[in-house]
Amino acid sequence: MTTKLLFYPGCSLQRTARPYLDSLVAISPLIGIELEEIQDWNCCGATEYIAIHHLASHALVGRNLALAAQQSNGTHTVMAACSACYLNLAKTDSYMQVNAQLNRQVNDALQAGGLHYQPGTVRIRHLLDIIVNDIGIEEIRTQVVRPLKGLRIAPYYGCMIARPDRDNRWDNVEHPLALDKLMKAIGAEVIDFPLKTHCCGGHMTQINMPTAYELIRRLVYGAAQYHADLMVTLCPMCQLNLDAYQSEMNRHFHTSYHMPILYFTQLLGLAFGLEPEVLGLGKEFVNASQALSRIGIEVPATELELEMVENKPARKKKEKAGLPMPQMRHSEEEDE
Amino acid sequence: MMSKINHSTTERVGVYVCHCGSNIAGVIDVEAVAQWAAEHLKDRGVVIARDYKFMCSSLGQELIEKDIQELGLTRVVVAACSPHLHEATFRVACQRAGLNPYLCELVSIREQASWVHTDKHAATEKAKAIVSGGVERVLHHTPLDPLHVPIHPATLVVGGGIAGIQAALEIADAGFPVYLVEREPSIGGHMAQFDKTFPTLDCAACILTPRMVSIGSHPNVTLMTWSEVTNVAGYVGNFTVTVKKKARYINTDLCTGCGICQEKCPKKVIDDTFEAGLGYRKAVYTPFPQAVPKYPVIDHVNCTYFQKGTCRACEKLCPTDAIDFNQEDEIVTLQVGNIVLATGYDLFDARRVAQYGYARLANVFTSIEFERLSNAAGPTNGNIVLRDGVTVPKTVGIIHCTGSRDRNFNNYCSAICCMQSLKFAHLVKERTGATVYNFYIDIRTTAKAYDEFYQRVLEEGAIFVRGRVAEVTDASRMPNEEGKLIIQVEDTLAGLQRRIPVDMVILSVGLEPRRDSHEVAKLFGISCSSDGWIIEKHPKLDPVATMTEGVFVAGCAQGPKDIPNSVAQGAAAAARVLGRIQQKEIALEPVRASVDESKCSGCRICNGLCPFNAIIFHEDRMVTEVNPALCQGCGTCVAACPAGAISGTVFSNEQIFAQMEGLLLHNIEHPPLTEGVLA
Repeated sequence: MTTKLLFYPGCSLQRTARPYLDSLVAISPLIGIELEEIQDWNCCGATEYIAIHHLASHALVGRNLALAAQQSNGTHTVMAACSACYLNLAKTDSYMQVNAQLNRQVNDALQAGGLHYQPGTVRIRHLLDIIVNDIGIEEIRTQVVRPLKGLRIAPYYGCMIARPDRDNRWDNVEHPLALDKLMKAIGAEVIDFPLKTHCCGGHMTQINMPTAYELIRRLVYGAAQYHADLMVTLCPMCQLNLDAYQSEMNRHFHTSYHMPILYFTQLLGLAFGLEPEVLGLGKEFVNASQALSRIGIEVPATELELEMVENKPARKKKEKAGLPMPQMRHSEEEDE
Repeated sequence: MMSKINHSTTERVGVYVCHCGSNIAGVIDVEAVAQWAAEHLKDRGVVIARDYKFMCSSLGQELIEKDIQELGLTRVVVAACSPHLHEATFRVACQRAGLNPYLCELVSIREQASWVHTDKHAATEKAKAIVSGGVERVLHHTPLDPLHVPIHPATLVVGGGIAGIQAALEIADAGFPVYLVEREPSIGGHMAQFDKTFPTLDCAACILTPRMVSIGSHPNVTLMTWSEVTNVAGYVGNFTVTVKKKARYINTDLCTGCGICQEKCPKKVIDDTFEAGLGYRKAVYTPFPQAVPKYPVIDHVNCTYFQKGTCRACEKLCPTDAIDFNQEDEIVTLQVGNIVLATGYDLFDARRVAQYGYARLANVFTSIEFERLSNAAGPTNGNIVLRDGVTVPKTVGIIHCTGSRDRNFNNYCSAICCMQSLKFAHLVKERTGATVYNFYIDIRTTAKAYDEFYQRVLEEGAIFVRGRVAEVTDASRMPNEEGKLIIQVEDTLAGLQRRIPVDMVILSVGLEPRRDSHEVAKLFGISCSSDGWIIEKHPKLDPVATMTEGVFVAGCAQGPKDIPNSVAQGAAAAARVLGRIQQKEIALEPVRASVDESKCSGCRICNGLCPFNAIIFHEDRMVTEVNPALCQGCGTCVAACPAGAISGTVFSNEQIFAQMEGLLLHNIEHPPLTEGVLA
């Protein structure tokens, strides 16, 4: 069965996050989703616009919502893969539902273009939410032909998808587990990453580099402490900040981290047996080829080769003796 | 408008409108209401209508009594507050004057008019309509006599924590039989798990175990541990209670409590109940050495013999042949007159606050785990150590209000956590010399000697940071944080973010109702709040009774409270029960539903609806009957009956319809209303 979705790509997926789009398009038929791009969509306002011009930022998003509602044939679900796009679309829809004045003002603005949007008409959802909650982890598991056994992953959600959780989609907003479970289902080893919803730096990379470097350092350092082979993300901004600025951060702090940052769709594609090229692998700044070759996946050489970190310290030994550890109540995925 | 009621009446009705100080008179023109009733309801039997500052005062009541005697009133309508407050007051006043109390009707113009409206004119018009409704209704009342039922002298106490123990001992000491039913293998409750009690730092066991021993040896107490109530039938004075005594697999007539079985049992199990998951017990066990009764139980889920069919080590080694693998659950029926529910609380599951890392980060402990850790009889013999079992922490962070005062979890304050956290801070300081941080929202030390204890802990050098902790993480940023748990918190007094590395975190988790509190409430025919705490009859004036006659509540089952309050409530519940027993019989309100068997189709729609389990279905005749002693007159079944076969003695269709006609002013010639004020 195919789930049809109105797809809002957003600007990142066309440029800096092209591998996200490529891998999403590649896995879509395998997981039974059909993407129908919203015609003539425009910018979502990113993280900045709402801070500068409140009404205009909502009107900007309102236009996308109106177009989506107009186009909806057979589905009312709008899917965004970018966390910022998802949050902005959901935020405007939600604010328009509760704030009659904003609703009126946005629709006044839309009228200039002959558009109208009744808030609540479309349901805005993130790609991860659809994969985990609609398609289901069991269905994903059945598609796996090349389990990512031995790959140690830090699941990184970023700040924008789990909070606020208006529709109760996530198991826990402070410590979500959806991506953890998904990655376990494709055979990867998932660390209990304590920084999974912490800040990637956001637009600090544009306005205040030292702040951004520190935020990036914390995450990369945190993942390295847990001996993750790579971090997996679902947000183009997170990926960009952690990937593109990692070498600058290393220079800034005189460190030598090498932590590849991949999209979860790329790993799903690998587990489904797709070739690295079609999944956009090799385009990342921090080369993932070494990490992936550990599990027998050869990735074409990247454009930018960076210095490697050798001599990883041995993994922490688990404490055995002492008092019993309380158990989590939810059943963990058994195939580690 | 046509008058729809035109039959005349021979009744003589008195109407009394209360000012309630300014509660009613501040919004409603009470004089106008009285005057209107006297004029316009004259045809409906009203011979006198008065207003008075406080109708509930002695003078107000005397006014009514005098009128009944001098004017020969046959019906009384009082327009004042809710019947919950003063219905009984005015009924008794009428009775004193020789009028049957059920010929008095109290209508509410306070809760239902003056307190909820600001438009004085409209509220006054509404009050007139309410009075008119009351007059029409009371004309259809008939004299009623209360039911008298005898009271069985025995009492059931459910729950063997400190509240239940106190209630049981008070009643037993007064010379009446008590059945104490406890779900666990031993009485003692949560208090038995504690090391010290705040603020005096008495040893919990030292003050609790003598009481437990008294229960075990008291001639008037029948102790039933490892048992659960499965059914409650009957009514106040005459409850029939079914108790399931779960199989212990121990013959208690032979067992001496020597403990050899526990010592020799090869199966070690993590003890999730008494040791809060921090220690071990055997498959045959008593939860702790001072357990009452002394007999162990065999946990058949973990026992090797029950699971694999071999072992029987305990049986072979028992010196008195007390092990009996063939024992089965036993069903016991008890007759009791009153019930005290002291079922206690459960702890908030700290896993739900995922950002605090419990069950993910080894050295995050809950408050009950710390109680066991600091207990000399606990898994570490009272040594405060990390989960590796040996390392003594150098810094400890105590996080207050975990799961409490938090809109994501429980809105309420759990009442005990501040003092409990202060106690922990003191114990950590005393025994390890560690640096102790307390992270709090507000410090609530509101009982006797509590704040002095807070001052003492401050003087001992514990550090207090005001702010709700954002997260506990092992993700270090700096070398000094490595290997530590880092507490990230906004210090709201200093106005800055802090990161405090510690070795151990203690989550002071809140109290929650028992997970099965709703089922228990249904079993005993009482109600819980939406949270799950048992609702008392009145939050201020009757905090130990419930809305069901003969069922009382004590301890944390009613809401979070500390040991002194639990003991006080246990004793109070016992006093209420003893008062009942001394009366030997009880008068019940005759406000009851009854079934007209000729109209009952046997559809059984009403059967499941009764919150008091008062409805009996006769399979042979296929009709339903309402047990008048159990019925509380709530009217649910009356409303639900599709055949109209059920009616209530003070809420018959006739009475309700008459009241509605009155409210709509169909009873007078020229209704003064021009617009709807009854919206």
